[in-house]
Amino acid sequence: MKRVLTYWVMAVGLVIGPATAAEPVKIGMVTTLSTKAGYLGEDIRDGFRLAMAQEGGMLGSVPVELLVDDDGRKPEKGKQIADRFIKREGVQIMTGIVFSNVAMAVVPKVVRDGVFYISPNAGPSLLAGKGCHPNYFNVAWQNDNLHEAAGKYVNDNGFNNVYLLAPNYPAGKDALAGFKRYYQGAIVGEVYTKLGQADYAAEIASLRAAKPDAVFFFLPGGMGINFLKQYSQAGLAQQIPVFGPAFSFDERLLKAVGPAALGVRNGSQWSHDLDNPANRAFVAAFRQAYGRTPTLYASQGYDAARLIGSALRAVDGDVSRQDDFRSALEKADFESVRGNFRFGPNHHPVQDIYIREVIEAADGTVTNKIVSKVFSDHSDAYVGECRMP
Amino acid sequence: MLLIVEQFLNGLQLGVMLFLMSAGLTLVFGIMRVINLAHGSFYMVGAYVAATLVHQSGSFLFGLAGALLVTALLGMVVERVVLQRLYARDHLDQVLATFGLILLFNESTRMIWGRQPLFMDVPDWLSHTVELIPGAPYPSYRLAIIVVGMLVSVFLYLLFTRTRLGMQIRAGASNREMIAALGVNINRLYTLVFGLGALLAGLAGVMAGPILAVESGMGESILILTFVVIVIGGIGSIRGALIAALLVGMVDTLGRAFLPALFRLFLPVAQADGVGASFASMSAYILMAAVLVWRPRGLFPVAGS
Repeated sequence: MKRVLTYWVMAVGLVIGPATAAEPVKIGMVTTLSTKAGYLGEDIRDGFRLAMAQEGGMLGSVPVELLVDDDGRKPEKGKQIADRFIKREGVQIMTGIVFSNVAMAVVPKVVRDGVFYISPNAGPSLLAGKGCHPNYFNVAWQNDNLHEAAGKYVNDNGFNNVYLLAPNYPAGKDALAGFKRYYQGAIVGEVYTKLGQADYAAEIASLRAAKPDAVFFFLPGGMGINFLKQYSQAGLAQQIPVFGPAFSFDERLLKAVGPAALGVRNGSQWSHDLDNPANRAFVAAFRQAYGRTPTLYASQGYDAARLIGSALRAVDGDVSRQDDFRSALEKADFESVRGNFRFGPNHHPVQDIYIREVIEAADGTVTNKIVSKVFSDHSDAYVGECRMP
Repeated sequence: MLLIVEQFLNGLQLGVMLFLMSAGLTLVFGIMRVINLAHGSFYMVGAYVAATLVHQSGSFLFGLAGALLVTALLGMVVERVVLQRLYARDHLDQVLATFGLILLFNESTRMIWGRQPLFMDVPDWLSHTVELIPGAPYPSYRLAIIVVGMLVSVFLYLLFTRTRLGMQIRAGASNREMIAALGVNINRLYTLVFGLGALLAGLAGVMAGPILAVESGMGESILILTFVVIVIGGIGSIRGALIAALLVGMVDTLGRAFLPALFRLFLPVAQADGVGASFASMSAYILMAAVLVWRPRGLFPVAGS
């Protein structure tokens, strides 16, 4: 009798199981939450979580579970976390990596293992070109994009004596290469500084002596804060205009730079004042949820979540239908907060890129304002090298 | 020519900052034989406290005073609670424990102030530029740093040569068993010296606040150069720290300013910039290696160490 009952319970369980207890789809987020750059990962995560919260813990009407872990900006740690997510947790979708060096260590292996990776930030050239992969999507930008926008803007606005400054490491050199791809004028100085350098007095003095008519710099994080403060203190802010990528001018860094950043123009694919319904709703919801203005990283995390949501909806949460899931991702059928957005053949964005200017808002805070659209439907320089199998 | 003078001033200013940092570190090592990796944390705490107080009160001097008080007290507490247990241990234990302190302080600042760097501006009365030499405007705040650094070195000189405390510190540096045997309360002396070192680091942090990003982990970027300075100067020697700090400041600044141009004389431009930048970032370490070959115990070795 007892045995029969057990069979009964098992049979009922088998029938009811899949219908009611739909396992949430697990999404693994490897991101940088510690170190000085921790706020980047924090914003990506918060943007992602906001999209989930708006649907009550679901994405595309499919229940999801977000697993977050901190890579500490270390490639090997990122690798371990990804391994654990895939082997132990059975994760089939991953996202979150902030830095290109971590992405290069993690992404190629992950996508080879049949897991989908949606990059909310890092966009190294290799993954856009020769190393592109059907399971890899980048929902932010290719690394060069924002530098290219600054280069084009500087070029189109009649500057032809530019001074360039970047840290002496691969991303620094790529940044200046991206700038030069669309800038044809003369370069009066091209300076590579030590990574993590704090004091730029020597560079600023040389810069003044070189008498450029514009300065372009790529100094992510604290380096950019240091440079801008010192540049302004040297009395140059009013004399030689400064350009850069959005990375040194996100809303959280601007709070630390303060008025020293006023007037700087920077390239970005997104801004909190972009006027479209999705963005207005996102900015308002983010401010309400977290009490701060979102950065571009938050917008990218949010878009990553909504992209995943759009594809989950298309397959009813069944990621094992890999081909359907992939073609749903390719369609990018969601309202991106940056407006115009689709994927190119290398699964990287084709989007508009803008120049923003740092201004003082009516309430006295220092913030960004879009001043012009530099590129429409802009892809990247590596798409031609991508042979999608 | 103008540029050279300006770069000299920049070098002097960096040197002065390094001196404020290394004076405390070299004292602590010289007297207590403790390698304190967490010295940079006092620098960071000084900057954080000053940024907060300046933001709250609007007065730079109030922020300065508060930060000095907090870092000195923090230094003494750390000495009492952690370091006193380490004097008898070997250097490896000290390095491990003080490295732990770095992690503790960095994470604590993140918990208290958040991940976002803080904003701290130059006080209004130092926000303009001065034309010391016509044609090369120089930020008055940086001049103020140079002046403060010089005042501190004069103060330390007087403290060490003219006061009883200074005499005890010097005696402690050359022979601590002897001075303890003479009835000086060596524990109190250690606490005071450590507090003084922390205060100087805090002062450097406050001075750096308006020019640098006030962020968690900011102490580590200056800590390495500080160690270079005390090794070059001779561990335990304040005079050595002063000379070495100015030397390192000059070499680092002038290297960054002029090495790329120098390499451009005989290399193609793109290559020269890369090689120049790499050499410039190594220059302080090359200097250290050269000094150590010539004088293995630094420029001004302390007797008895």
